[in-house]
Amino acid sequence: MPSTVELRGVSFAPVLSELSLRVGAGEAVAFIGRSGAGKTTALRLINGLLKPTGGDVLIDNVSLADSDLIALRRRSGYIIQGSGLFPHRTVYENVATIPRLLGWPAARTRDAAAILLKKLGMPLERFGDLYPARLSGGEQQRAGIARALVAEPALLLCDEPFSALDPIVRRELQDAFRELREERGATIVFVTHDLAEALRVCERVVAFDAGRIVADLPSRDVTKSNVPIVRQLVESAVLP
Amino acid sequence: MTREILRVTGEHLLIVLAAVGAAVVIAIPLGIWCTRHTRAGRAALRVVDVIQTIPSLAMFGFLIPVPFIGGIGMRTAILALILYSLLPIVRNTVTGIRGVDPKVREAGIAMGFTPRQLLFEVELPLALPSIIAGIRIATVVGIGVATIAAAVGGGGLGTFIFRGVAMVDTRLILAGALPAAALAIAADLVFTAVERRVRGAVPS
Ligand SMILES: Nc1ncnc2c1ncn2[C@@H]1O[C@H](COP(=O)(O)OP(=O)(O)OP(=O)(O)O)[C@@H](O)[C@H]1O
Ligand SMILES: [Mg+2]
Repeated sequence: MPSTVELRGVSFAPVLSELSLRVGAGEAVAFIGRSGAGKTTALRLINGLLKPTGGDVLIDNVSLADSDLIALRRRSGYIIQGSGLFPHRTVYENVATIPRLLGWPAARTRDAAAILLKKLGMPLERFGDLYPARLSGGEQQRAGIARALVAEPALLLCDEPFSALDPIVRRELQDAFRELREERGATIVFVTHDLAEALRVCERVVAFDAGRIVADLPSRDVTKSNVPIVRQLVESAVLP
Repeated sequence: MTREILRVTGEHLLIVLAAVGAAVVIAIPLGIWCTRHTRAGRAALRVVDVIQTIPSLAMFGFLIPVPFIGGIGMRTAILALILYSLLPIVRNTVTGIRGVDPKVREAGIAMGFTPRQLLFEVELPLALPSIIAGIRIATVVGIGVATIAAAVGGGGLGTFIFRGVAMVDTRLILAGALPAAALAIAADLVFTAVERRVRGAVPS
C-alpha cells in the first residue's frame, strides 16, 4: 500500500520555511528548483534524517515524531544524490541490504535483485560481485536505484537519480522507472533539475525557490505557469 | 646464553602482546565513544595525548608507588605500556570513523540501520584499515618502550641492556637490542600482511 506524505508548515531554519504539501498515495511529485533551493533538505526531512525546526512531517497521517523511524525507513527507498553505495560491499550485497534487514529468505532477495538489475541494464551475473569502486558513475547510480527499489517500497524518495547518466540511458531509465511505478504503485518524491524529466516521470510538479514552495501544479500546466522560477526552467528546458 | 636470550625475548613479546591486547579492548570502544560525544571526546583525547608525552622512565617511576596496580614487576610494565598504546589506537579509531563518507553513513541511516548496525556494518568495517594502522604503531613502539620495563623489574630484553650499560659490556647490550629490533621488524611485516588483506576486503 503506497504511503501518503504531508508537510504541515515545515521549517528547517535557515534553509526551508513553512513548507506545506500533501502527496497522495501512489502520486508522483517532482521537486524542481535551482541548485541550493532546498530540495535535498526537504527530502531528508521527509525521511526523518533531519528534524524540522518547526511544523510537522506526517507519513500515512502519523507525525514522524511519533513514528518508528527505523521501520518506516525500511519501507521506504531513498536514492541518494551520488549513489552512497557501501564501498565495502559488492553490488549484490548493496542491493540486498534492505531485504536482509527485513529478514527475507535468500532466494527471494536473489530473485528480486536479479529482475531489477536486469531491468536497469546491470545483469546480476556480470555486476553482482563487483565492488562499487570498479563501477562507472552511471553504473553506481543504477546500483543505488536498485538498492532503493528492491524491497518494493511504499514510498520512494529520489534525489537526482539519473544525473550521472548519458542521455540515452537516462531516457531508458526514465521509461523503466515509469514501468516499475505502474507495476508497483509507490508514492514518489522525485528531485531533479531537469524539467523534461520531471514531466516524464511525475504528474505533479512542486517548485522550490530560496527555501520556499513557490508553485505546486499538475505537470501539464507547467508551461502555462507565471511563476518566474518555473518560467525560467521551462525556457531553459528542451521539452518533448 | 642463546636459550636465555630466547626466553627473555619471549617474555618481552608477552609483555607487549598483553599490553597491546588490553589497549585494543579499551581503546576501540573509547574511540567510538569519542566520536559519539564530540566535546567530552575531545577532552578524553587530550588526556590520552598527555599520557603519551610522559617520558617512559618517568611513567614507570610514577606507577611504582601506586597501590594495588603498581609496584615492582611485570604488571607495572604492562600497565605503563597499555597507557602508551592507547593514543595511537584511540586516535586512529576516531580518524577512521570520522573518515567514513557522510553519504555512505546517511545511506545506512536512510535504509533503516539501527545505530548499532550502522556501527558494526558500516563504520567499523570502513574504519578498520585505520584502526589496524593504529595497532601497528602501538605494537612497534611498544616493543621499543618495553625495553625500559627492566628498570622497574618488569623483565624483557631491557634486562640485558640495563645490565650491559652498567657493566659497559657492548655484547650484552646487543643481546638485548638486536632481538628487540628483530621483533619490531617482524611485527611490522606481520602488520603489513594484515593491512594488505584488510585493504583487499575493503576496496575504496
Ligand atoms: N544542515 C544544514 N544546516 C544549514 N544549512 C544547510 C544544511 N543542509 C543544507 N544546508 C544549506 O541549505 C541549502 C539548500 O541545500 P540543498 O542540498 O537542500 O539544496 P538542493 O536544492 O538539493 O540543491 P542541489 O540541486 O544543488 O542539490 C544550501 O545552501 C545548503 O548549504
Ligand atoms: Mg540536492
